[in-house]
Amino acid sequence: MSDTATMTTSWPAGAAAGPGAYRLLPPGGPGPGADLAAHVQVYGPLPYAGRARRLTEEIRSAGLTGRGGAGFPAAVKWTAVADSPGRPVVVANGAEGEPASRKDRQLLWVSPHLVLDGLQLAAEAVGARRAFLYLHPHEQLHRLLAGALAQRSEAGCDRIVVALVAAPPRFLAGEESALVSRVAGGLALPAFKRPRVFERGVGGAPTLVQNVETLAHAALIARHGAAWFRQAGTAAEPGSMLVTAHRADGASRVSEVPIGAPLAGVLELGREPAQAVLAGGYHGTWIPAAQAATLPLTNAALRQVGASLGAGVLAALPPGRCGLAENARVLRYLAAESAGQCGPCLNGLPRIAAAFTELSGPAPDPRCLPDLERWAGLVAGRGACHHPDGTVRLVRSALGVFRGEVELHLRGRCTAGAGGPAAAPFLPLPAGPPAGALSRDDWR
Amino acid sequence: MSGITQSTALWYASRATGVVTLVLLTLVVLLGIVVNRQGRLPGLPRFAVTGLHRSISLLAVAFLAIHVITAIADQYVTIQLIAAVVPFASSYEPFQIGLGAVALDLIAALIVTSLLRARIGRRLWRGVHWLAYVSYPVAVLHSVTSAKDLQSGGLLVLTLVCVLAVAAAVCYRIAAARSAGGPASPGGPLDAGIYRTAADHHSARWPATGGDGQDTVPAAVLAGDRPAPRNGAGR
Amino acid sequence: MAVRMRVNPIACTGHGLCAELLPERVTLDEWGYPVVSAKPVPPGLAALARRAVTDCPALALMLERAG
Repeated sequence: MSDTATMTTSWPAGAAAGPGAYRLLPPGGPGPGADLAAHVQVYGPLPYAGRARRLTEEIRSAGLTGRGGAGFPAAVKWTAVADSPGRPVVVANGAEGEPASRKDRQLLWVSPHLVLDGLQLAAEAVGARRAFLYLHPHEQLHRLLAGALAQRSEAGCDRIVVALVAAPPRFLAGEESALVSRVAGGLALPAFKRPRVFERGVGGAPTLVQNVETLAHAALIARHGAAWFRQAGTAAEPGSMLVTAHRADGASRVSEVPIGAPLAGVLELGREPAQAVLAGGYHGTWIPAAQAATLPLTNAALRQVGASLGAGVLAALPPGRCGLAENARVLRYLAAESAGQCGPCLNGLPRIAAAFTELSGPAPDPRCLPDLERWAGLVAGRGACHHPDGTVRLVRSALGVFRGEVELHLRGRCTAGAGGPAAAPFLPLPAGPPAGALSRDDWR
Repeated sequence: MSGITQSTALWYASRATGVVTLVLLTLVVLLGIVVNRQGRLPGLPRFAVTGLHRSISLLAVAFLAIHVITAIADQYVTIQLIAAVVPFASSYEPFQIGLGAVALDLIAALIVTSLLRARIGRRLWRGVHWLAYVSYPVAVLHSVTSAKDLQSGGLLVLTLVCVLAVAAAVCYRIAAARSAGGPASPGGPLDAGIYRTAADHHSARWPATGGDGQDTVPAAVLAGDRPAPRNGAGR
Repeated sequence: MAVRMRVNPIACTGHGLCAELLPERVTLDEWGYPVVSAKPVPPGLAALARRAVTDCPALALMLERAG
């Protein structure tokens, strides 16, 4: 395997080589991959706690929060699931529907056994007897994970059987209720959240849904303890996190960074200047580059500018690009990825995308600006899931940060000049829908 | 009054209320389709249309009750009470009366679930309500096979008008449901008319930027870092 | 016990009865879908609110405890 996992972090000065120095992505070389023996050599054997809820207390002290985007305290979730009546189910969420994020796939490729360890440990902690790994639909990845699971079953280290479930290649596939629906055998469509998933999820059982990275962290906390976990990060937001960083020169890399590391360092803004930074993926927020360069990677700091870490996606838009055109493409994608179940989202998102596309073109009709504001207001908070809300967040922050670009366009000019929006797109998106709009089969 | 005259009065009452019930059921089905298609009746707010659908169905139940009771009470033919609800249990014309019992059972299910609809949940209510499309043809069959006077003359015309009206409405419902595919499907018209790009933005293919959607991505790229594009496409 | 109206946006297909029955709490957006206010329903409107919940053809409305 090539240089898969070079760390770009600044670890605390005291971190020496040894068992505790390895976190999710081992520094300076390829990870153990699917080889169980190599994994045990690097990380040590799977340390079961011996009884339920014990690991929950350890991750509570560690302050581990979800790495799937919501940042919810893991211990609170585990406790809620364990407290709900019925035999729980655990699902590791590796769907990663966000096109700009690669960290879950990289983690699964490089250290799958950490995730699988975490899955077994979480199951023990909440008393689950069934476990699922919900995966992005990559044939190679599925084969790798199937192989890893086979080795574990041969070695006898797994206490419960893990079923692999393929997610459809949809932006919303990783949404909690969509995941539950798909794992239970249906379509990966978000549901109206009554009751909550931790009470009644897969097959009516209390369901723990946790991002694969979170489970990997839990597997390490089980080995090294809460104090070790807190050696990285800040007091309020401890630990490390995986970041998918898209630099302004087009290079992209998955890195593990301690929370609180300077954003400018992760995106190398000094070397590769940018005009703006997108934090949190396509449901995230744009930040002006000058401001972004001063921020540490913490939710506390990002919240001050209306952003959050989300699932660790950072993208630096290079200076010669039209920010409006980039956003217009993303908005068209988000509109097409609507589940189409709720009237406001189904009607509003395509119109928002059309208006933004108008804005990003030459000589836009100025009516698109009030239309955008009206539709954004109509759509936010009125869907069953947060797809419309996240989209509106992106729109509003883009209109703010790229205000200068808007003025240029209204005067018939564009930063991208003659090349215009037709230049090669910068923000990553998958190929468009094969036959226009999605059908129900596309959600299986 | 002699037994024969009393019996004849009951028999006439049963047949008359039967016809009225059939007409009312026709109206109920038509109104149900209007509600489903979010249609309007001139001058009436939508809650009045649903209100009419409910009121007329309850009226139909009232007439249905009288129709059944008078048929049972009439001594000229023997129809047991049980035959009203248990299909084909009647000694007189078991098939025709049996059809009536089936229709009655279905209608009872519809009425009970609709009265309790806020309590039983969307899925159960909707599932049972589809039976309306079964209950109506069964009721028509029962009427036509049981009553000789529906088979000719004015009453035949009336029956045909009712059946054709429902058939037309059902065809409209099927056609409308097929073409809609949802309240405003993504492929549907977008009235953002001032936007030149509105017409095709949904089917506009965004060129892939090397995202990981494809299985043919080599393992090294899949797992590893993506270097800066050599042709400077990042700039 | 204060109650407020809530709509299940997946079940809702935009019939609009709710806005007719209870305009004090429900207005329709430009696509015919209800914008339901989170303000509690006062006792005087409670009967109308219950009727809206029962009469909604899609059974998409519910009353829940406010606050």
